[in-house]
Parts: sequence; C-alpha cells; structure tokens
Amino acid sequence: MIELRDLRKEFAGVTALEGISLSVAAGEIHGIVGRSGAGKSTLIRCLTGLEPATSGSAVVDGLDITQQRGAALRRSRRSIGMVFQHANLLDSRTALANVEHPLQVAGVPRAERRARARELLDLVGLSDRAGNHPAQLSGGQQQRVGIARALATEPRILLCDEPTSALDTQTTGQILSLISSLRDRLDITVLIITHEMSVVREICDSATLLENGAVTQTGSLQEILSSPGTPLAKDLVPLPPSPQGIDGRALEVSLAGTSLAQVFALARAAGAPEAEVESGTLETIDGKPVGRIRLLCADRDARDALSSILRDGGIHVEEAA
Amino acid sequence: MTADRPTWFENPAIRVELWPALGDTLLMTLFATLFAIIAGLPLGIWLYMTAKKSLAANPVVYRVVSVVVDIGRSIPFIILMIALIPLARFITDSALGWQAAVVSLTVSAIPFYARLVESALREVSAGKIEAVQMMGAGRWQLIRQVLVPEALPGLVSGATVTSVALVSYTAMAGAVGGGGLGALAISYGYQRYQTDTMIACIVLLVACVGLIQLLGDLLARAVDHRK
Repeated sequence: MIELRDLRKEFAGVTALEGISLSVAAGEIHGIVGRSGAGKSTLIRCLTGLEPATSGSAVVDGLDITQQRGAALRRSRRSIGMVFQHANLLDSRTALANVEHPLQVAGVPRAERRARARELLDLVGLSDRAGNHPAQLSGGQQQRVGIARALATEPRILLCDEPTSALDTQTTGQILSLISSLRDRLDITVLIITHEMSVVREICDSATLLENGAVTQTGSLQEILSSPGTPLAKDLVPLPPSPQGIDGRALEVSLAGTSLAQVFALARAAGAPEAEVESGTLETIDGKPVGRIRLLCADRDARDALSSILRDGGIHVEEAA
Repeated sequence: MTADRPTWFENPAIRVELWPALGDTLLMTLFATLFAIIAGLPLGIWLYMTAKKSLAANPVVYRVVSVVVDIGRSIPFIILMIALIPLARFITDSALGWQAAVVSLTVSAIPFYARLVESALREVSAGKIEAVQMMGAGRWQLIRQVLVPEALPGLVSGATVTSVALVSYTAMAGAVGGGGLGALAISYGYQRYQTDTMIACIVLLVACVGLIQLLGDLLARAVDHRK
C-alpha cells in the first residue's frame, strides 16, 4: 500500500533522508520511530508531496507521489488522510464544518457533506460537540475531530504525524485505541510517525527505526521482539537507568519467548552463582513473554560465569558497564 | 479671541457649519476605509502569497510590489494630497469637497492597509495551511477558506487602525479644500482664533475615533473564535 524506494532528500547540500526504502502492507499499522531530527517529518512531507523529494519514489496506493505536480498531486492527496500533532483545525469553523472541509474542497454538495460529517463525528464519539469551535474542545477532542476530518474523503491511507505527542497519557491511550478500531472498521492502512515507543507497543503491527535520515531497523513487531539486543527491541522494553556502584556486577537479560522461570531454571541446573533481579520490564505480547531484566551478581566473576551459562542456553545477555 | 462675538451654540460656525462638517468627515472616512479595504485586501494577499517561502513565492514580484507599497506609505500625506489633485479632478470632476479628498485618502490608505493585511495573514499557522493543502486545496481555496477566515480578527483590527488613521488624515485633507471637521478647525479655530470652534471640532474628532475603535473592537470580537 505504501512503498518507498531509495527516497532521498537534500536541503541545500545537507542530506535529510539518505535513500529510504520501506514497504507497508495494506491494513497494517506501521510506526516510524526516531529522535527529533532523525528525518521523520521530512519523510512524511515527501510522502505527501508537501516537500519535493530529491530522488527516489514514494508509491502510495499505486501512485508515485514524487512524480506528481499541481492538480494531479492535489487529487492524489484526497486519497490520503492526514492527522497532525496539533490537530491543525481551523478556529473559524465549528467541529462539524472542519470535518466537512475536505469534502467542500472536493466539491461535494452541501447537504451530502454535512450528513457525512455528522456520521464521522459520531464515529469518533463527538456528535454532541458538532457546533463547538476548536477552542471550546479539549486537546483530545480536537485530535478526534482531526481524525474524523482526515477520514472524510474515505482515504485508504491515514498518515499520522506525532498524533499523540501533545496529549497526556490517558488521552493518548484513547486516541490510539480509536485509530486502531478505525483501522479494523474501515480497512485502512496507517502510518504513524512518533518518538514514543509506547505508541509502537500499543498499536503498531510493524515498525521502522530512523536514525540520521537512514533506516537502521525495520520489521514486524514479532520480528523485532524476537531479535533481542537490536535497538528497536531494546526501546520497546526499556530498562530504567542502572544505579551507581554496581560496576561489573550487572547483567542485562533479554527475554523473547522465554519466561523468567525458565531462565532461572536454566541457571540453577547449570549451577550458576546466585543473582538478584535489580530491575526489569516484563510484558506478554501476542501470548509470548517479552522483557528485559537486569540481574545483580555478587561480583564480576560471578557475573561472567552466569553470563556464559545463559548465553550457552541461547538467551541474549549483555554485560552492563 | 475677539470679544463681543457670539460663542459656542450661538456661534454660526458651530451652529450652522459643525454638523455638515462632521458629516463630511464621516463620509470621507467611511468611503476611504471601504475603498482601502477593497483594494488593500487583495494587495496584502498578493504580498503574502509572493513572499519568500510562501504559497506562490516570487521574489521579483514581491520586491516590486513591496517597494511600491512602501513608497506609498512614506510620502507625507499632505504632499500626496497635493500631488493627486489632478487624479482627484479626473475622478470626481473637482479638486475640492469631500469626494475629491476621498481619492487621496484612499490612495494613502491602500498601502497602509495592505501591509496590515500581510502581517495578519502571516499569523495563520503553517500547520493549518498544510492541513488544508493535504485536502487537495488549490491557492484560491486556501485564500478563501483558510487565510481570510482564519485571519479575519486581524483583518478587522487592521481596518479599524486604518480607519482611525484616516480620521486624522481627513483633518489634513481639510487644509487643502477637503472640507470636514479639519477644515472647520483650521479656518475658524486657527485662522480666526475661535477657540470654541476648535474645541468643538476636536471633541467631535475624538468622539469619531472612539466610536470607530469601539465598533471595530466589537466586530473583531464577534468574528474571533480563538478563545
């Protein structure tokens, strides 16, 4: 549904994107993660033609956006819905009129677009706020209107640029589950740009890590979680920073399908030295235990012994500094 | 002040001439404001659109329009007024009266308002424009559906500022045959030392400005949905 091939973007000699290739299958929710300045926003701007790409192609729903200009580009954009960090609603319009707007631009008759906008507001659970202006709505409500607006022209693709970065944790959860349920109901493909790994963990089927304008890792969530030690896997199950004064005694264990009990059983069977769990993150994703644990051994020798035993047992471990 | 002349409401300058002069001042201000909006709005939009990195960026056009607008704004009004006498005569068939004054008032107010329009449009966030561009909107749709409605409170405030400036310009226009309260203040209040006439004119001018500002603020608030 979305296919990027060697997409490059340079600004006055500075390379913002160096040959991005990635594909997102129909119906998938794909997350693009990276720090600020990694090129996420540039990527989405090239994908929508708001910024012309230097070279490469960005095929969205069968059409190469980078090859289009003027009226053709404007027509293609109608098949892409876009959700922004700050909903970017027009203050001069009511919630209903904001949702109607894409249909107005597309020339849909007034009565028809009004009816469709009401359906959409209902879909995002805001039918009672139709007559309110954005300033009278909370951030989460504004983002709901923004999502309804993005879906007005029945696009097959929804691009979300940091959709929850301006929202609190609870509202973030609500918006994410809304996006996820809309994907199921409307059969759309979703691309989410975010710097929050929690977004990926909660709703993404697959993810791409962007660093300094290049893809450094990409794959489905299962692939990522079953490759412990990779940057995305580490970010998905973060560990708190290690405390002071444990130099040479800490061991970080990544769990991908192996339970903590199995790890301990393995260590005990091999007669490994005792260790304590210092901190950790454990989750069950798709029925499989996933997590990272920091173990604290008595001393460096005990740590090294435990490390080699677990490694021999096929468990990913890293000696922390 | 000369003694033994009727003063205040017995003074013919006040009793007979004050109200028609007020009418002339209001008419000059009203029409000049109206024409300045009609011409200044598109000019300001043009400036905004052709500015660097804007929607129809064109550095050459922007520079040229910019220079013309700034020349218009920097010529002292009293000079502009005299220079435009032939134009006023051509348009209104007369170099005198409030109708003739409207011509030069309008010419001086257009570039003034155009700059205010340009800066009001710049206040519209890039995000809103991009959101509507993503709907597939073209330039005209962006102007009519985003830029103007979103900047409307600023456009109204700009019109108010222009209108208030025009009130004081009408007083200058009065000095060269434009009529109105300014002319009355100069010919009676100043040249004939009638302090009562001067005070009456000033009070009415202050009232005009106050009224315009009040109406402008009310209108701006009515179209502002940002809070």
